[in-house]
Amino acid sequence: MTPTPSSTASAPAEHAATDGSFDDIVRSDSSLRRFLHGLPGVDQVGCEARAAGLGTRSIKTTSKAFAIDLAIRMVDLTTLEGQDTHGKVRALASKAMRPDPADPTCPATAAVCVYPDMVATAKQTLGDSGVHVAAVATAFPSGRAAMDIKLADVQDAVEAGADEIDMVIDRGAFLSGRYLEVFEEIAQVREACGDAHLKVIFETGELQTYDNVRRASWLAMMAGGHFIKTSTGKVQPAATLPVTLIMLEAVRDFREQTGQMVGVKPAGGIKTTKDAIKYLVMVNEIAGPDWLDPDWFRFGASTLLNDLLMQRTKMTTGRYSGPDYFTLD
Amino acid sequence: MSRIDVRKTYKLYIGGQFPRSESGRSYVVNDAKGRLLANAAQASRKDARDAVVAARAAFGGWSGKTAYNRAQVVYRIAEVLEGRREQFEAELRAAEGISTAKARTYVDAAIDRLVWYAGWADKITQVVGNANPVAGPYFNLSTPEPSGVIAVVAPRGALLGLVSVVAPLIITGNTVVVIASEDNPLTAITLGEVMATSDLPGGVVNVLTGSQAEIAPWLASHMDVNGIDLTGVEDVALATELEAAGADNLKRVRRPAPDTDWLAEPGLDRMTRFLETKTVWHPIGV
Repeated sequence: MTPTPSSTASAPAEHAATDGSFDDIVRSDSSLRRFLHGLPGVDQVGCEARAAGLGTRSIKTTSKAFAIDLAIRMVDLTTLEGQDTHGKVRALASKAMRPDPADPTCPATAAVCVYPDMVATAKQTLGDSGVHVAAVATAFPSGRAAMDIKLADVQDAVEAGADEIDMVIDRGAFLSGRYLEVFEEIAQVREACGDAHLKVIFETGELQTYDNVRRASWLAMMAGGHFIKTSTGKVQPAATLPVTLIMLEAVRDFREQTGQMVGVKPAGGIKTTKDAIKYLVMVNEIAGPDWLDPDWFRFGASTLLNDLLMQRTKMTTGRYSGPDYFTLD
Repeated sequence: MSRIDVRKTYKLYIGGQFPRSESGRSYVVNDAKGRLLANAAQASRKDARDAVVAARAAFGGWSGKTAYNRAQVVYRIAEVLEGRREQFEAELRAAEGISTAKARTYVDAAIDRLVWYAGWADKITQVVGNANPVAGPYFNLSTPEPSGVIAVVAPRGALLGLVSVVAPLIITGNTVVVIASEDNPLTAITLGEVMATSDLPGGVVNVLTGSQAEIAPWLASHMDVNGIDLTGVEDVALATELEAAGADNLKRVRRPAPDTDWLAEPGLDRMTRFLETKTVWHPIGV
């Protein structure tokens, strides 16, 4: 299949499974490879220029207030460190429920994101507040473990009460072209998730090319991921605007073909309100306003929340705030 | 064919860089006779915000240096300034319309002022700190510590005035956001070039040029600014307003001083105003 001239179209017209089933494509490794490599190539320069162009939009006053509150509601407040303690997770969960204790009108974040062994602690603190618990699983962040260990990792988190599972794909398998193996892995994890939502992390910083990001997006969506997520936050570069743009195009085209919506989550490296608003503009322009909702778009972040809160305080009080007035994490 | 002049673009000095104003604005600066001297960047509240972020980021490293090291750095500013004295004398003559001799006096005084304050870096603690006698078996020690980020409205004296308000703040470990004199901003940016090339870490001194009345209220109400020096505020109503805005987070305030003789020896007050006294108790013996 020849690439389409338009850099923004990622839909593979010929191979499209109009009934929403991809059985033909995932029948064998070679048919899957043919499909993924048949996806139109990404125009790297065009993509980066488009992302940079969307980043220059000026969002002010009421629009900015709306964007800040929306961004706060989209934050997956994350702590994924070896030094995490139960106390820190409890503090983080409390912050997720009420990010700005001084202002009751400040919305809660979407979720807290922790390692599986911390899920019970987070769940206990969050109770029925509506803030979800997301757990990273499948040998996060490298994804280098045997399949049964990865599945046990997922089951462990689900049993502890996780509402969402963030899995990492096996980048080694993906890069060496063993796409079906990655597909099976995602599908099995999805099954192990039960009712929990599955986010599939690509670690785009390790995928080398934009074409690979597009391929991984389609692979994960076909395998049943509810969300596609850029990065673990442990590898640089983490989330970037062009990579997120490609993933937003993929979910848009996937819905056009199958009617199913898939969410997008950029994670890592988004630190300022300005950055967050750039992403929101892109969501609106590329995927469409349907995605401007915490159910369909998330930010994986920790420091971002404080900057959002400082900007929010600036808008309500009319003076600049400082980091001293918000908790460290 | 005559050579075309290479004119300098005067920009801001924030975080060790020389950015243009975020707002893209500039304003005309005239010399003492009302002729065009140059365009200066007209800083906006967002430039002030960026400067505070830069000053806050620099504070930990700068206040953590030994007093001895800070003295070396400030002395180094004096050295570099000495090497560029002709440029400063020429700029002062053009900007303020003063004689060569007078300009030389001011440059000399500015360099000497830097050296004078540099000497104070490792002495101020002994002078204003103390070992306090207490009714118990304790060492009780009071030491001065820098307040943090200080906003400064600089007075008219384009070089000496500016040096005299900035040097006492940085020598004790504070970091500074200074609004240069509105009428005489160019020398302040040239001084920024001197500081940028003299081992002073980026962000320790940040220079904004533009309207005092526009920028100062944002710095006065900024919750991440620990003190404000209103030396250069000539409008009494504005000074009152700024002082009131500073009360929100209990900023240390230095009131305007319009008639200061900058050539006179300054005393310690400019250093001690923006210091916090920390007192520690330590048990004696076992």
